[in-house]
Amino acid sequence: MSHSEKATIFNKNEAKVNWHDKALWYVREKRDNAAHKIKGWEELRNVASGIKANVLSNLDNYLMEFEANAQKNGIKVHWASSAEEHNKIIYKILAEKGAKNIVKSKSMLTEECHLNPFLESKGLEVVDTDLGEYIVQIAQEPPSHIVLPAIHKTKEEVDELFQEHLGTKPSGGDPQYLTNEARKHLRNKFLQADAAITGVNFAVADTGGFVVCTNEGNADMGAHLAPVHIACMGIEKIIPKEAHLGIFLRLLARSATGQPITTYSSHFNTPAPGAEMHIVIVDNGRTEQLSREDFRSSLSCIRCGACMNTCPIYRRSGGHSYDATIPGPIGSILSPGKDLTKHSSLPFASTLCGSCSNVCPVKINIHEQLYKWRQLIVKDVKQPFVKKVILKTTGWLMARPKLFNLLGGSARFMLKHAPRFMVYSKLNAWGKERELPEVGKQNFNEWYKNRKKNE
Amino acid sequence: MKVGLFIPCYINQLYPKVGIATLELLEKLGVEVYYPSSQTCCGQPLGNSGYEDDSKGACQLFVENFKEYDYIVGPSGSCIYHVKHHFDILEQTPEVIRVRNNAYELCEFIVKVLGKTDIGASFPYKVGLHKSCHGLRGLKLGSCSERMDAHYSTEEDLLNNVKGLELMSLNRKDECCGFGGTFSVFEEAISVKMGKDRIQDHLDNGVEVITGADHSCLMHLEGLLNRNKQPIRVMHIAEILNNSL
Ligand code: SF4
Repeated sequence: MSHSEKATIFNKNEAKVNWHDKALWYVREKRDNAAHKIKGWEELRNVASGIKANVLSNLDNYLMEFEANAQKNGIKVHWASSAEEHNKIIYKILAEKGAKNIVKSKSMLTEECHLNPFLESKGLEVVDTDLGEYIVQIAQEPPSHIVLPAIHKTKEEVDELFQEHLGTKPSGGDPQYLTNEARKHLRNKFLQADAAITGVNFAVADTGGFVVCTNEGNADMGAHLAPVHIACMGIEKIIPKEAHLGIFLRLLARSATGQPITTYSSHFNTPAPGAEMHIVIVDNGRTEQLSREDFRSSLSCIRCGACMNTCPIYRRSGGHSYDATIPGPIGSILSPGKDLTKHSSLPFASTLCGSCSNVCPVKINIHEQLYKWRQLIVKDVKQPFVKKVILKTTGWLMARPKLFNLLGGSARFMLKHAPRFMVYSKLNAWGKERELPEVGKQNFNEWYKNRKKNE
Repeated sequence: MKVGLFIPCYINQLYPKVGIATLELLEKLGVEVYYPSSQTCCGQPLGNSGYEDDSKGACQLFVENFKEYDYIVGPSGSCIYHVKHHFDILEQTPEVIRVRNNAYELCEFIVKVLGKTDIGASFPYKVGLHKSCHGLRGLKLGSCSERMDAHYSTEEDLLNNVKGLELMSLNRKDECCGFGGTFSVFEEAISVKMGKDRIQDHLDNGVEVITGADHSCLMHLEGLLNRNKQPIRVMHIAEILNNSL
């Protein structure tokens, strides 16, 4: 199903759309307030985008520097070229340790690699410990947002879900009660865990350490209690120096949720005595995206989610309408690079309003890349015949003023004289909920000619 | 100063009054205006749909039509944006570069080139300004709410000087209306919802007339207003500025 078909279904419930829109707009406004409070926000964005550009141009060197430093600190480093390899590496580590119960903190990369179903198929139990992730996990749904994975669920829906899965009492969606119940349940999982899997927000080349940001402290809880910690990162998560964290952490928290700092910014540098720490560095299509001149800067993304919160289409169509691990504007420029045919409707799910590019803390020119993908998609993916013919013919006509004007005139004539049932037919998507402009006697050309004559 | 008047195709056919207001306004401001009659379209609808390559003929024709003018002025931010930013598909001859550099959206031309903000217009209504995205974020006709720069707005500068006009403030200052060219039909449901939400914001703030510098957005909003019989009119900013007692 295309984005527009899914979005149409989502829009059947207008009250829910309004609620979804408002919830995310609230986050966008919080972000605005937080960004206003620090001096030099735009300068921070400039610097961050510069550092990321430098990283992408020297990725190989930074990755090797990171690997060498991490190994010096006693971390085991693994390289995976694909999602399958990533999953296999993780399973191998777990199998060697005889680990059965795994706790995971939020990681979009493991979503991308479909790690959970893979491990479950091997008989392991994987529990997502971020509250939002946990909610979508028990609902057996993918996350609909990269920072707020369960934002599509109302608290009443969560209430019902918890009654079914955790045996909670009906509470009318009392957040305090529900959170407490989830916490009780998850606490046991933490205590029983044989291994913890986390994502990585920033991997620091000059120290070999990495930083994981969470608001619930669940990454720390998992990693400190379990004897094995596996951190998974895409190759683009590198930053050159520890000092750069001062830029990225400030941008990330404010852009993501409007907080001055994420509640837990946990720095992992070396395994605790007797424990193991692994890092899996994953490509999975990233070097291919890096090779695409027009789209490489999409790899600068720090996954703050701000482009989703600001996107007027995302807010009104919901994350699931994108049918991709990363939804929203950034997902719409990343996903076509993975599977152009499957995701060919995504770059069109935008008015190119440019709000995403202006909100993005690392200044990715998202809306310009959407435009660029469109040009490639109509060439490489089969287009509906009628749409293609109409647009191609229009192009031909536009270069021929006489014909173009003649046609414009007759279109106007049709619009003026055809009966309403013909104009507002099923074929006219414009007219379903909108009137067409009222057509006058003359167009501007004709008016201008007359005026000249009478001068 | 010779100005070539660019009237986008949909304004030519559907909203001649906007073209007329633009022309009259520029003449009142003492500008020598020419209208090349073999103009068609800037190619934007094709580019935005992914058929940029098929629009080369239209773009080339645009350059042919306007190459001899000191400035090219049009009452539609998105079309001017297209000329400035997407004519990179043409070979960059001196003519192409000149046309791209000298293309101006109407308000920007009045404020930046002519240096005027008060043009003696009067319009005693409560007005809501729709800041169209391509003009706002593309041409930077004003500061946008995402960025932390100092506030400015070319359109507000002009409207604030119109006698009797009360510019109403909106809850969401610069959210997209959902027109988006072919988006309006291929993503019909979202497009309509976005438009309805924009209109509600204007209604909630007591707006009588919605105005803006891009009539394509206004056409979309007008379509919804008329269908739902809501008590707001739309007018292009040129029509308001061309209005005097
Ligand atoms: S593209 Fe930019 S705004 Fe969107 S998630 Fe990535 S960093 Fe954040």
